[in-house]
Amino acid sequence: MNIEVDGEDLNAEAGDSLAAALLRSGRRVWSQGIYTGRPRGLISAGAEESNVFVQVLSGPGEPMVRATEIEAHDGLRVRTLAGKGALPAEADTARYDKAFAHADVLVVGGGPAGLMATLAAGRSGARVLLIDDQPRLGGWLHAARVRIDGRLGTGWADGVAAELASLPEVRVLTRTTVAGYYDHNSLVAVERRTDHLGDAVPVSVARQRLWHIRARQVVLATGAHERSIGFPDNDRPGIMLATSGAAYCWRYGVRPGLRAVVFGAHDGALAAATDLAEAGVEVVRTVDVRGGTWVTGTRADAHGVLAAVGLSDGSIVEADLLAVSGGWNPAVQLFSQSGGQIVWSDAVAGFVPGRPAQATHVAGAVTGTVDLATALADGARAGAAAASGAGFPTEPPDPPTVESGLPWGAPPAAYFLVPGGDPASVFLDLQRDATLHDLQRAMGAGLTSAEHVKRFTTIGTAADQGRGSGVLTVGVLAQLSGRPIDEIGTTTYRPPYTPISFALLAGRDRGRLADPERLTALHDWHVEHGAVFEDVGQWKRPWYFPVGDEDLDAAVRRECAAARTGVAVMDASTLGKIELQGDDVGVLLDRLYTNVFSTLAVGKVRYGVMCGPDGMAFDDGTTARLADDRWLMSTTTGNAARVLEWLEEWLQTEWPLLDVRCTSVTDQWSTLALVGPRSRDVLAALAPGLDVSVEGFGFMTLREAVVAGGPARVMRVSFSGELAYEINVATWHALNVWTEVLAAGAAYGIAPYGTETMHVLRAEKGYPIVGQDTDGTTTPQDLGMAWIVSKKKPDFVGKRSYARPHTVDPGRRQLVGLVPVDGRTRVAEGAQLVSPGARLTDTPVPMHGHVTSSYDSVALGTPFALALLSAGSQRHGEVLDAVDDGVPTAVRVVPPAAYDPDGARRDG
Amino acid sequence: MLIPCPWCGEREETEFHYGGQAHVAYPDDPSAVDDAGWAAYLFVRDNSKGWFAERWLHRAGCQRWFNAVRHTVTYEIAAAYPPGATRPVIG
Repeated sequence: MNIEVDGEDLNAEAGDSLAAALLRSGRRVWSQGIYTGRPRGLISAGAEESNVFVQVLSGPGEPMVRATEIEAHDGLRVRTLAGKGALPAEADTARYDKAFAHADVLVVGGGPAGLMATLAAGRSGARVLLIDDQPRLGGWLHAARVRIDGRLGTGWADGVAAELASLPEVRVLTRTTVAGYYDHNSLVAVERRTDHLGDAVPVSVARQRLWHIRARQVVLATGAHERSIGFPDNDRPGIMLATSGAAYCWRYGVRPGLRAVVFGAHDGALAAATDLAEAGVEVVRTVDVRGGTWVTGTRADAHGVLAAVGLSDGSIVEADLLAVSGGWNPAVQLFSQSGGQIVWSDAVAGFVPGRPAQATHVAGAVTGTVDLATALADGARAGAAAASGAGFPTEPPDPPTVESGLPWGAPPAAYFLVPGGDPASVFLDLQRDATLHDLQRAMGAGLTSAEHVKRFTTIGTAADQGRGSGVLTVGVLAQLSGRPIDEIGTTTYRPPYTPISFALLAGRDRGRLADPERLTALHDWHVEHGAVFEDVGQWKRPWYFPVGDEDLDAAVRRECAAARTGVAVMDASTLGKIELQGDDVGVLLDRLYTNVFSTLAVGKVRYGVMCGPDGMAFDDGTTARLADDRWLMSTTTGNAARVLEWLEEWLQTEWPLLDVRCTSVTDQWSTLALVGPRSRDVLAALAPGLDVSVEGFGFMTLREAVVAGGPARVMRVSFSGELAYEINVATWHALNVWTEVLAAGAAYGIAPYGTETMHVLRAEKGYPIVGQDTDGTTTPQDLGMAWIVSKKKPDFVGKRSYARPHTVDPGRRQLVGLVPVDGRTRVAEGAQLVSPGARLTDTPVPMHGHVTSSYDSVALGTPFALALLSAGSQRHGEVLDAVDDGVPTAVRVVPPAAYDPDGARRDG
Repeated sequence: MLIPCPWCGEREETEFHYGGQAHVAYPDDPSAVDDAGWAAYLFVRDNSKGWFAERWLHRAGCQRWFNAVRHTVTYEIAAAYPPGATRPVIG
């Protein structure tokens, strides 16, 4: 196979990881320290790799991947990285999917213990999911030379895989990494489906799947990671974890060196030495700290590659491989994420799983065992226990016999740091380029906990999240501080175990699919007629309808003029509409609105403000009584769902005996707001049977009528101060009614208008928008609407709060109008109000309030704003500065209802 | 979390909306509650370590409120019951 690394062709063998191919090339230096620039090479063969990361250029690309975790394939192109990758400028065009699985038993890890656990659980008939991050089941059996049941370990693993494939309730996901273990046995895994295929990827196959898994029982057979030792110049290319070195020989058939020194603190190092020797690597010295010798330093050749190893007995040994093994770190990350306790074990010289927090079992090397026969028996036991716990009682099968392996026995040493040497050359976290010197500085600054040291030194914060550096650093910290290691403990392991790309998390929920778009029945008409849209919640609403080359201001001036002097129409279908039925609707509304609704006559409409128990306004709108027991409530566009939930919450949790049923009818009814002094003429033309006179169709009343040939509910309500009608029709009639309205209004110069004009019209009248002119600390009284707060009702939600000292404070922020003193300048929404001439450099500048809405107003002949101002209702006439981005504008405080304050225009 | 809706059974937590401490009833006569008592009703809630009765809304399901007793350390849910029902004795 041909691959391309840094623009040069490289040969790779079938089954190679990229790392194996790099090693096969003979070159040793593949990276450099992010801060020190020191040459670096491969340190491991797997997930522990913290030196050699590459940017994948072929296929969909990926900014930063361990060379050990990429399967070589024809056409693979990568660039090596000195510390960090770069996000590609182009959008990721690959497809990412989400998948969901429910399992009786989830087994994480397909090594010997995981395979036995899956067999034991699978034979019980339970639904079992086995997840392994490698392409082929068997784990380290592929890198070792053991015999199980009379055949090579790899053959045994293949045999188990075949049996698992025959069990109908067992599913195996390879090339899949469990990244998160959450509450109630909810786990998240990343399945890599296509990267190893190169150009042979079928277009229909998603690149990755994000699995959400719910399991009754979980078996963690996650294995262990080999740990290094701190010694001077321990970062040179040629220094590698010992078992990884052996794995390169036996899994990939490539020798990581020809002349090796093996340096270790446990029997596993000796096993690796044997494996290296049997692969043809000349092992010139085995240095075991338990025997009283250690490595004192290393020497490099001209390229920075390992050339010789110094030992504590004074000898210097020439070598091109230093295979290091300080011990095994059981891979407790997922166990820890699940809430399980992590405890130090002297027997293992590592942190091991303690008490589980969920239905979690552990088996194999994650428990600290290093013996294959024990791991197999352990797996059988855990798998049977998990299946039994999930309701499939079963006994553990007899584990197979193991015929080879070393005589394990001598206990490991908890050994982390050799004495002496330059601390700045003793590397603890290779990816962060952090050294013993950094750790000593942290300790010198008084930091003693693992969490503090992590944040001070950045050790353990790189992509490996401390897999390579965490326990080593804790061990060194214990050694230097003289405290027991179990007292220091590890840092908290958090998801994800390995990085997950944002593209995968997003899946198909990107771009237009990121959030649902809600469109009104008139949307296509709006598009065809050049509307400019704005997002209001999930709704697409016309913002304005430019004619010719009008900009926003010009269009709004024209639309406002139509509404104030002729007639204009708006698609108001996005307003929330809730139908309430039952004998007690009036009672409910009396309790949830500040004013009285129960006395409302059929056919009448009333405006209400809804508040929380704290008295703060959270929605407003009109409610009409359709019949004795049928009501129609309207809400603001953005709050429709929240108001319906609010009604339901009180009905379900406080007043379950009230006879009220609520349902959303927002999508069933379309709403046209017909506004302006000529709106009566338009309505009269469309509804010949309807008495539209002031006397016959009064303000705040509702009529059921035939409009444009179809049934409609017409309400005389106004959000502009002008004569106005709200025409509600079944959604499938909306387009017809809309076009009929425009046709009938043509004689009067009717203009469709958008939300910006609606805002100007209502602001000119001082009508607040809840959520824009209020902020959750605003009462109806603050809005100048004390009139809507009933004094007669014994109680309603919010009433008691109006007697709190906080809400009766006369200095509260209250709604006011603002006009610029110069008559020209439109102040910015959000601008702060300060005393006139306040020195803005004398911070903090005392603030009196802020601007909530601001518009140009043709009707008023001046720009105009609404603001919340401390004691504002008492300050009309006062001049203040409105400050935006350091620029003050003098503004005069006026009452909020600046246009037609007497309401003379209401009846046309 | 897997939350046992009393009406729908166990469902994924993303279907639910949290409603805070349960059994905080709206006072029968708020006007009879003094300022301190009203402030306590509005703003003060338990933040206990251990078993905690709390409200949940099955928003993406039956849209009904219920109460659950959850352990705030282990997230174990020991009981779920309709609003108005007495809190079961746990632990």
